[in-house]
Amino acid sequence: MPHISPVIWQFLVKWMTNFALFPPEASRIAPQMDALYFFMVLVSLIGLTIVILLVTSFSILYSRKRHPVAVQIEGSTLLEATWTIIPLGLFLVMFVWGALLYFRIYTPPANAMNIYVVGKQWMWKAEHPGGQHEINSLHVPSGRAVQLTLISQDVFHSFSIPAFRVKREAIPGRYTTVWFEATTPGTYHLFCTQYCGTDHSHMIGDVVVLTPEDYQKWLAGSTSGASLAQNGERLFASLSCAACHNTRPDARGPSLANVYGSRLRLSSGQSIIADDAYLRDAILNPSQHITQGFAPIMPTYQGQISEEGVIALVEYIKNLNSDYRVQQTTTTTDLLPESEGKAAPAGQNAPGKNPAGQGMVKQ
Amino acid sequence: MSTTIISLPDQSTARVPKVNYLTKENGLLSWLLTGDHKRIAMLYLISISFFFFIGGALAGLIRLELLTPQSDLMATDTYNKVFSMHGIIMIFFFLVPSVPATLGNFFIPMMLGAKDLALPKVNLLSWYLYVAAGILALYAMSTGGVDTGWTFTTPLSTHYVNTNVITTGLAIFIAGFSSIFTGLNFIVTIHKMRAPGMTWFRMPLFVWAHYAASILMVLGTPVLAIALVLVVLERTVGIGVFDPAKGGDPLLFQHLFWFYSHPAVYIMILPGMGVINEVISTFSRKRVFGYTAVAFSSVAIAVFGFFVWAHHMFIMGVSNYAVLVFSLLTMLVAVPSAIKIFNWAFTLYKGSITFETPMLYSFGFMGLFTIGGLTGVFLGTSGTDIHLTETYFIVAHFHFVMVGGMLMAFLAGLHFWWPKMTGRMYPEKISQLAAVVTFIGFNFTFFPQFVLGTLGMPRRYASYPPEFQILNVFSTAGATILGVGYLLPVLYLTWSLKYGEIAGNNPWQATGLEWQTQSPPLTENFIETPIMDHEAYDYEWLERQKEKEVASVG
Repeated sequence: MPHISPVIWQFLVKWMTNFALFPPEASRIAPQMDALYFFMVLVSLIGLTIVILLVTSFSILYSRKRHPVAVQIEGSTLLEATWTIIPLGLFLVMFVWGALLYFRIYTPPANAMNIYVVGKQWMWKAEHPGGQHEINSLHVPSGRAVQLTLISQDVFHSFSIPAFRVKREAIPGRYTTVWFEATTPGTYHLFCTQYCGTDHSHMIGDVVVLTPEDYQKWLAGSTSGASLAQNGERLFASLSCAACHNTRPDARGPSLANVYGSRLRLSSGQSIIADDAYLRDAILNPSQHITQGFAPIMPTYQGQISEEGVIALVEYIKNLNSDYRVQQTTTTTDLLPESEGKAAPAGQNAPGKNPAGQGMVKQ
Repeated sequence: MSTTIISLPDQSTARVPKVNYLTKENGLLSWLLTGDHKRIAMLYLISISFFFFIGGALAGLIRLELLTPQSDLMATDTYNKVFSMHGIIMIFFFLVPSVPATLGNFFIPMMLGAKDLALPKVNLLSWYLYVAAGILALYAMSTGGVDTGWTFTTPLSTHYVNTNVITTGLAIFIAGFSSIFTGLNFIVTIHKMRAPGMTWFRMPLFVWAHYAASILMVLGTPVLAIALVLVVLERTVGIGVFDPAKGGDPLLFQHLFWFYSHPAVYIMILPGMGVINEVISTFSRKRVFGYTAVAFSSVAIAVFGFFVWAHHMFIMGVSNYAVLVFSLLTMLVAVPSAIKIFNWAFTLYKGSITFETPMLYSFGFMGLFTIGGLTGVFLGTSGTDIHLTETYFIVAHFHFVMVGGMLMAFLAGLHFWWPKMTGRMYPEKISQLAAVVTFIGFNFTFFPQFVLGTLGMPRRYASYPPEFQILNVFSTAGATILGVGYLLPVLYLTWSLKYGEIAGNNPWQATGLEWQTQSPPLTENFIETPIMDHEAYDYEWLERQKEKEVASVG
């Protein structure tokens, strides 16, 4: 094409080769979302066509040339009722369909594997239960439900994977969750979509979907040696949590074994399920979350533990199904001379001991 | 029959009336201390045009930056400041006051047959507050700007940015009072200043739309003011309302902010809808189809508009059941807008239609607002909102409503009432061209953004993955066309002030009371208080009036 400027030619070629109206469908929910989306596009196109047809045909039929004298019409209740009820009906269909989808996207199945994601200016940190960390990337297996538990360390961020049609805000001070089941192995965009300051547009990364076998390989190749719960245990010991949270009759704090998922009665009289959010709040803001029967003496750990640390602690407590392990750390602490009875030595000792211990942390 | 309805007086003998509101008094002070709603409207017109072009220049910079995937024209920080100031200026200093403070200020008293607004001094005060706020915003912009986005999301705005958040917040706080005073003035005027015989259901629908918008201004704006004060207090003394470390809730800010800022969308669009009623009726020589339905749909929008704010927060971890309620209410608020569109379309039915510039802009409004409204349903539906929110889809959606809708309506109204405001006609052919150019440029700019958003491109990105470039190039190319479309009216409207044809009292043969007096009007609007003895949009009454005139002259 000698007559077309090369710039425009290149532009056209690029446009036609990259032409796409919607992103790849790489999760179970994506085709369902797209079905509703295209239904809405269809309804919109029909609605728009009706409006354009009405306006153009009336403009032609009743232009001043053809129709010099207007006929005054008051209105028509029947017609007005028609164009009230039909759009309302269509909008209600969309509402119900959309709500079903919404509940599906934000209600994780019970057997989903959980990955923690911490957003901070300007990166995403993913914490896998096996102790693998990643920054600005997320490796997930295909064909398995994956739940993300999100939190932000500073401002609002938003975790968006367009190819999966999911998005969830990462909020400071609060866990939010979203789940997906990836279907097609490949690499997809990961965006922060909530404006978060200077490098908002650089807070992007890749979601890598691997086949289950490749995922196992990846897990084995990226391990840091200790699982997330083991890291949590180390922190639990180094912060001397076991000094109070043990099973001795004079214990100053409640035992934490099997506490996750149980119903607690608080000193305020409120009854609450101990979930991730509760555990987090109880660590950072304990005075508001005292279990009934205990004195409000626990100090706050606000500012002393990073969000990743809290996540590790929560993961540890989640998997704690006996007090045996906690007792081990207590005993170690007690055995030390008074002056050294601080957290640090115990912290170093605890995880290494009892490699075959029972009442273990899972994983 | 001719294809236009323009009926101008004989240009060789016609003069602009010697005594009118523009010539009554002279000198700068007579303008700065005026209580005349028409003069204040002109002051507003000049000031909002000034801010529109600043906001427009910032929009141009945004589109230039997005021409390439890298952030190469500006640093990311600069880009963030540019889009923040673009949003703040366009919303608080252009869209919110645009139609109400200029056309509403000028024509509500005239449409009601009143001499002025009920509280002329408050009206002037509201302009001064607007100017003070504007100067403060410009000061904030020129001394480092602000990079929070127009939404001031906490804790970003309270703890993490070190730009002029407090100054800008204060500017918006003051601008809010200007808007509250305008709304208050309209409500009092509409209740108390109607001419004899002007019952509620004889008022032009323009007045109804402003009444609904005024209620929103008076009830919504204080909440924004409170939210901004809390941000300032949090930033300066750390009261901790929004700080999770102090037991505050960062989401609370968004509830407060959107409690105003969603109704604010209706503050912006309702007066625009009011303009469309007047224009479509006049140029199809026919009363508005279903007057009562259109009037009540304005009120319905105002009422429902207060109960949908949380649809901005569907992905933010609010309770799933709250999402259900807010999604349902959002669907309900979409219906009155649909009613209006169809009523306007049927106003054309069996009319006698001509296609002057205001009518072209109104057709543009109907098309673009329909697209903007329908894509709003995509976002109000909770399931699809998850994928589409915070992307270019939402950017395209609200530009279709605000720019495609409101700005088109503003330009329609400005052209429609220009002869009344200035006594002179604008040049018809070039203004029709401008309307068409604006329409084409607009679609070129914003339609590709729907596709970009569906593909997942996040908003407020200074750089983006290279596969999004093609559509961004389209958008930037369209923005240049759009820019031309907006510059043309400035040129020919200014030209027309001196060289335009003399308009006479009623060049469009429109029925509103404002057209039954001289152009430009007297300071008192009417020689004697008019008596409203007919319905609004009564073209038969107008015909009878003309016959009477001919009989008495002949």
